[in-house]
Amino acid sequence: MSQIAERYSNVNDLARTARDGANGHGRPWLDDLRQRALARFTDVGFPNARDEEWRFTNLAPIAKTTFKPGLADAAVSPERVARFGFRAEAAVELVFVNGHYAAALSHLNELPRGLKVLSLAAAVETDANRVQAHLGRYASIQQNPFVALNTGSLGDGAYVHMARGTVLERPIHLLFVSTAQAGVPTVTHPRVLIVAEDGARATIVESYVGAGDDAGGGAGAAYFTNAVTEVVAGPDAVIDHYRLQQEGLGAYHVSTLHVNLDRSADFISHAATLGGALTRNDLNVWLNGEYAHATLNGLVIIGGTQHVDNHTLLRHEKANCPSHELYKHVLDGRASGVFKGKIFVQKDAQKTDSKQGSKSLLLSDDATMNSQPALEIYADDVKCTHGSTIGPVDDDMVFYLRTRGVGLDAARHLLTYAFAADVTRRIRVEPVRRRLEDFMAAQHGLPQDLRITDVGAHDEKAR
Amino acid sequence: MALLEIKNLHARVAAPGGKDILKGVNLSLNKGEVHAIMGKNGSGKSTLCQVIAGRDAYEVTAGQILFEGKDVLDMSAEERAREGVFLAFQYPVEIPGVSTSYFLRAAVNAIKKHRGEKELDAAQFLRLVKEKQSMLGIEQSFMNRAVNEGFSGGEKKRNEVFQMAVVNPRLGLLDETDSGLDIDALKTVAAGINTLHSQDAERAMLVVTHYQRLLNYVVPDFVHVMIDGRIVKSGGKELALELEDRGYDWVEDEVGQGV
Repeated sequence: MSQIAERYSNVNDLARTARDGANGHGRPWLDDLRQRALARFTDVGFPNARDEEWRFTNLAPIAKTTFKPGLADAAVSPERVARFGFRAEAAVELVFVNGHYAAALSHLNELPRGLKVLSLAAAVETDANRVQAHLGRYASIQQNPFVALNTGSLGDGAYVHMARGTVLERPIHLLFVSTAQAGVPTVTHPRVLIVAEDGARATIVESYVGAGDDAGGGAGAAYFTNAVTEVVAGPDAVIDHYRLQQEGLGAYHVSTLHVNLDRSADFISHAATLGGALTRNDLNVWLNGEYAHATLNGLVIIGGTQHVDNHTLLRHEKANCPSHELYKHVLDGRASGVFKGKIFVQKDAQKTDSKQGSKSLLLSDDATMNSQPALEIYADDVKCTHGSTIGPVDDDMVFYLRTRGVGLDAARHLLTYAFAADVTRRIRVEPVRRRLEDFMAAQHGLPQDLRITDVGAHDEKAR
Repeated sequence: MALLEIKNLHARVAAPGGKDILKGVNLSLNKGEVHAIMGKNGSGKSTLCQVIAGRDAYEVTAGQILFEGKDVLDMSAEERAREGVFLAFQYPVEIPGVSTSYFLRAAVNAIKKHRGEKELDAAQFLRLVKEKQSMLGIEQSFMNRAVNEGFSGGEKKRNEVFQMAVVNPRLGLLDETDSGLDIDALKTVAAGINTLHSQDAERAMLVVTHYQRLLNYVVPDFVHVMIDGRIVKSGGKELALELEDRGYDWVEDEVGQGV
């Protein structure tokens, strides 16, 4: 029993909860994976401030809370699902309640040949070999204790497989709903595995929402979502991935997205964080084949006392890969933000072309932002640029608008909206973009009909 | 009643130990008049425009600004704009992500609301814009682009004049609208200003300029010389030619002698 496990008794609680709730489906390899993962978690426990990767995010609220597992059969109204669901605009929509697949709330339209979208529990039975070949191979239980905890709790989740050449026009939507129970903090471990074979092309959206409250609403009960997603993209596959977190203001959200790209694969990520009291997202992309592309767009819009920490890692393992990253943050009230964008270029990854930008808008004197690039470059023929700006709304721009009759508040709102719209205009999935724009417009009191659409050349090219 | 009345205006940079820039400006403009203000760099002529427009980087320490008899110093920048004051910037800022179309419609409607007039819907606004564009000989394409983004110096200044046409103010403050322009761009911008001036006999313009050449095209009714934060000499349009010919030093000498 490690010292850490003793110090925080809830590490053991969580491990026990995981053990009890997990389901190995009678598969020895899965049991083994879970046991190793749980052993790792109880061994190391939660990271603390001395751990470089977690220096700016205080995990005490999570570490000190006793969580009960979220109920698999908790009631979620169809209206709630309709509010966040895409219905006909999605090719397929799987709804998960507290990490467990809810067939009654989901819909699978006619799927094209070559596409499989099902619960992980079912996939372990029907697609056993492939699941075993990939599950847990990319997101490391050694590297990240939260991944270890999630893997130790494995039972259900989402599984997407695209056979070679499969092309999907409309998005796949995975909607994860967490239900809070009055006075009882709950924990869930959503798990997603996406495997795209050669030349497959699809858009996948992961939404994380609360059942009874939403970002902008009241605090509600505490719940802890610990999500892990692995994306495996074969040669020439094109994956457009969206991650939208709009949980309640009492929620804790930790996520790990690990992406493995083969030769000439193209991965475009859009990650938006609007909710949560405390959020930490880790996004790791391994460019493991030549000519693979990665584009990471991030948006954080928070206020009050919210804290959001985005850690990204782009690992250039092979030559001729471009990567492009733009994270934008809007912080109001006493919110705090962290961005750490690490770019690692291996010795053989010549002709890497990497561009990283982190931009933050502070709307109040008490909002804070900590933004750091971290570059580790071992190849000598590369282009790596990075830039970070943090500042308030531009005075000159505000004055310009006011001299035309636009009021001070309206001018600030307009400029803030425009700042965030730089990211949202790159979103090609209509329901996602609409949801973000509605959120932004509501925050800033802009009339619905005066929606800012694409305004041409911007400071970053849209991709 | 004068349209704009400035009495003994003193202003400094609004920061600890901020420099005094305006040191007792007196100026009176009537409807329909074009006044030029000329002076060397650092004379305070740009600051005068910005103080009238309400830039809070400057603090008024003494004096009065009356616009149509109303005390302007009580009003915010947007209130002054809504009352009918328009500042055409010397260095128009770029605003990524906000289209000219969007912001100009918001501006026009804010002004209309203030005046108790009916706000314009998208179609009506488009008609207004088309009318002004054809009046000034400007093409459509920049309306949906972000404000001033990627514009050349000349295009930015033309955009200032275009916005003035759309917003239709009672007083236009043109802050070194000619600076940074080559002769062709200057002629185009000047033509726009003249068109606006001829379209509305009631509107007055305060044209701040360093060089005389703009005034060959935009002919002023009055010319004022600003030295060290004060207007020290006024005259007709010939004064501008004299300054072009002889520079500013003789004015300083003349004023010095009068003391």
